Amino acid sequence: MPTYQLQDLTVRHLGGRSTPALQAINLTIEQGEQLALIGPSGAGKTTLLATLSLSHKPSEGSFNAFGVAPWSLGEAARHRLRAQLFLAPQTPPLPPRQRVVTAVLAARLPQWSVWRALVSLFKPEDPEAAWQALSRFNLGDKLYSRVDRLSGGERQRCGLARLLLSPAKALLVDEPLSALDPALSELTLTTLRDEAKARNATLICSLHQVDLALGHFPRIVALRDGRIAFDLPREQVTPQMIAALYQGEQPADSAPPAGDDPMAVKLGVGACL
Amino acid sequence: MAATLNPRHGGNDRDGKPAVSHAPHRDPALRGRVIAIILALVVLWPTLVVTEFKPWILFDEQSLGATGRFLADFLVPAHSAEFLDMLLRETWNTIAIATAGLALALLGAIPATLIINEQLSISALGTGRMRPVAIAVRQAVRWLLVILRSVPELVWALLFVRVIGLGPTAGVLAIALTYCGMLGKVYAEILESSDAHASDTLLANGAGRLNALLYGALPEAAAELMSYTVYRWECAIRGSVVMGFVGAGGLGQRMDESMKMLAGAEVSSMLLVFVLLVALADQFSKVLRRRLG
Repeated sequence: MPTYQLQDLTVRHLGGRSTPALQAINLTIEQGEQLALIGPSGAGKTTLLATLSLSHKPSEGSFNAFGVAPWSLGEAARHRLRAQLFLAPQTPPLPPRQRVVTAVLAARLPQWSVWRALVSLFKPEDPEAAWQALSRFNLGDKLYSRVDRLSGGERQRCGLARLLLSPAKALLVDEPLSALDPALSELTLTTLRDEAKARNATLICSLHQVDLALGHFPRIVALRDGRIAFDLPREQVTPQMIAALYQGEQPADSAPPAGDDPMAVKLGVGACL
Repeated sequence: MAATLNPRHGGNDRDGKPAVSHAPHRDPALRGRVIAIILALVVLWPTLVVTEFKPWILFDEQSLGATGRFLADFLVPAHSAEFLDMLLRETWNTIAIATAGLALALLGAIPATLIINEQLSISALGTGRMRPVAIAVRQAVRWLLVILRSVPELVWALLFVRVIGLGPTAGVLAIALTYCGMLGKVYAEILESSDAHASDTLLANGAGRLNALLYGALPEAAAELMSYTVYRWECAIRGSVVMGFVGAGGLGQRMDESMKMLAGAEVSSMLLVFVLLVALADQFSKVLRRRLG
């Protein structure tokens, strides 16, 4: 059973009129597949990930996740399905006053009762698991630090450590490398792929760095102007296709173009070794 | 009035051409501002007439004499052992009224906040629209809060004094009802105006409403919520004094008696206690904010 089946999907911005953010999207993603989402800024990568994580309702076309159509389910059933899909947004969703251990353990909230969540605020329920997740991103020593003491890159990896603790079967990661230097980028992508493979989870990762996308992911989906420009195994992606995809843009190398992504502006320094 | 304060700006300064004519560079906003001031006076004047605002009465000879005698008493606050004993007891009473009232108010305000908060709507997730039922429930609770806080605590106190008789219980209940309305509304607004990214992401990943609140929204807003609560405690102290005047116990009731006997020294001691209590609340709030911030 495929993780996702999208047919002729159109997605509009919430409350939006005007042109759709995504249109004519056809995509089938099998369970356990790993694919990279590339394309210039504003192409619709984040909107596609939001749609896939059921936090954005498509306006037309058919959309199936794990063989069911989530938007025809009842609200409670749809919300249970959301626990199977983990979205890691580009800006790490970590309250500045929270401790790292709490932020990472928040991955388990869908499985926790309110009482259990409350107790874990007082005394973290499974700090060992949080520590293991953090140490896979070289952050083990930050377990009990507060989030606002972390650098931008550390926050981004802390957000991804939360992903490791989530039992979700599909991992949706938006620009995980925007605040990381090349060495950490390699480590991060490798960790994500190993994790997805180990539990046979589907991994969908949007990336600005085309070389890393081609180096790590067997399947490349390219978006431009809200449409799929191409959807190919990486062997068939040619430099000409990449050039056409980014035509009129600054092609991004390992470093994201400045001013184009909120992390770079907000946090300034990305490197943190 | 905002419109007159803000006349279409930049009529002639936006085109950037240097002024060729010999007219002086008149501020295009000036006319609007003068009109706004005149309008404000026109609106305010009737209110002064209606409220019989005649400050010069304060300065006629008779008033000055009375004020002088009353204030002269203030210089040496009452401090007999018996009075201080009473003062201490009543102060404790006042603190108890304010604290119990606020605690009861929280019992109602926290669930109300959780209900009316729109940031934590699961039905709005992905669609931007809430279910009609969800909207109706929120609106109903909002109206309830409006009713609770639109009746001043003094009026609640008068009502309860009629129903359950003189004493602190009336004050506690009056504070609980009014403050429930205020706290519920302001808590919800503080939560809604804080950064929603963390709680949104938790909801999108399948967490429940309350869990998203605990791990996403609360840590963002904890300091503001705390300092508002402490400020409301301070207000409850003042409120309990006013309600004391209508027989709802505490320092206010004593102050009413002292006022009627024109015992300036006693009033002065009581006012000093209020200053101390407010200063205490202020310090407490500062310490809490530092701990949480």
